[in-house]
Amino acid sequence: MDKTVYDVIIIGSGPSGLTAAIYTTRANLKTLVVAGVKWGGQLMLTTLVENFPGFPEGIMGPELMMNMRKQAEHFGAEIINTNFKDADFTQSEKGILTVNTDDGKSYQGKTVIIATGADTKWLEVPGEKEKIGRGVASCAPCDAAFYKDKRVIVVGGGDSAMEEASVLTKFASHVWLIHRRDSLRASAAMQERVLKDPKITVVYNTEVEEVLGEMKVEKVRFKTSGNMPLVQEKTDESVPTDPEKLGGSVVNKTDTHITWEFPVDGIFVAIGHIPNSQLFKGIETDEKGFIKIHEHTKTNVERVYVAGDVHDNEYKQAITAAGFGCMAALEVEKFLRMEN
Amino acid sequence: MDVTTYTDDNFEAEVVKSTTPVLVDFWADWCTPCHMLAPTIDELASDYKGKVKVGKLNVDENPQTPGTFGIMSLPTVLLFEKGKPVKTFVGVQGKEEFKKAIDEVLS
Repeated sequence: MDKTVYDVIIIGSGPSGLTAAIYTTRANLKTLVVAGVKWGGQLMLTTLVENFPGFPEGIMGPELMMNMRKQAEHFGAEIINTNFKDADFTQSEKGILTVNTDDGKSYQGKTVIIATGADTKWLEVPGEKEKIGRGVASCAPCDAAFYKDKRVIVVGGGDSAMEEASVLTKFASHVWLIHRRDSLRASAAMQERVLKDPKITVVYNTEVEEVLGEMKVEKVRFKTSGNMPLVQEKTDESVPTDPEKLGGSVVNKTDTHITWEFPVDGIFVAIGHIPNSQLFKGIETDEKGFIKIHEHTKTNVERVYVAGDVHDNEYKQAITAAGFGCMAALEVEKFLRMEN
Repeated sequence: MDVTTYTDDNFEAEVVKSTTPVLVDFWADWCTPCHMLAPTIDELASDYKGKVKVGKLNVDENPQTPGTFGIMSLPTVLLFEKGKPVKTFVGVQGKEEFKKAIDEVLS
């Protein structure tokens, strides 16, 4: 076994993990980044990032992450593309923590920064899981080209749903944005782009109840609260519409809700993310799985720090993740300096 | 290179009629996750040399084959045994996932 003891092991390679690595390496700490095969985090699945400071014309998400990785490597970070397996933080021997990777190896560190981020939250409705990759998707920049001239829905009301819908308009014949509330929660700039786009129709108060189809997605069953789906007009008003006018067919109608079916070829799910916190033994999380923080970046276990979307259920931006990564790195540096 | 390039033209002969199992990586140049998966596919090709054929099919240059197998997401990797896809991997996965499925087919 490799007997190297790293000053810090960073688990995760999104903006928080790589920013942390830039800071720890510049502080001369021996740094290992367990990046994972899907390294780079959520930005690898995006197109143009327009709100990361320093890039007035915007920068492509994957390019930004490749730059961050290069910058960390430039200062001497050791980055492995192996998947993290697990870590038991209830055990530490003489202040040495062990992190396991899924190729059967173990790595030792004096400190750990958990920066594992969050993964797509699926709808968890019948018919969804078996059709992932067969019409159910979560990455429009990856899969949009397969939906040329097809009918597609995007589920969600935040920035990532807006981005997915906008990307899909380049290929799909039409995009319906399905949101369970009566207003979107995306930033004003992203909302405006979607609301002005003639190829996108926003349908409010509506949830997906079931994904229908044999081998691939053919239809969805919606449940709309109220007895008419609310559709956003380009004139900025939302008006109730008959599902038939949208091309759907009513299955059931009551005073409180309407169930209807709608033919679609693709469903892009953008309803949020689940923090990747399950694989750490001894680390406290809240009821949703977000790691609990103490004094900004500390976990409940000494020597273990946390940064980014795995603890942040509030801001979830590339720039805040990078900021948290910087904070965790500075705390690690301070801790190790006090110890020596 | 141990990785073969499959096309609409050679797919039938190289994959469907192959007597050894074949691992096919459906990819495109504009797909970032596909580039992340590529090194894993290269490693599998050399690890299983002589036992399993490993190749890549560019979906932009070869639209017919992905349609036949209902590929709608990239990357998708299919494992073929006796001409039939027996296992589908959607999205980037670790090497161990592929090894498990390949070893099962070989056993």
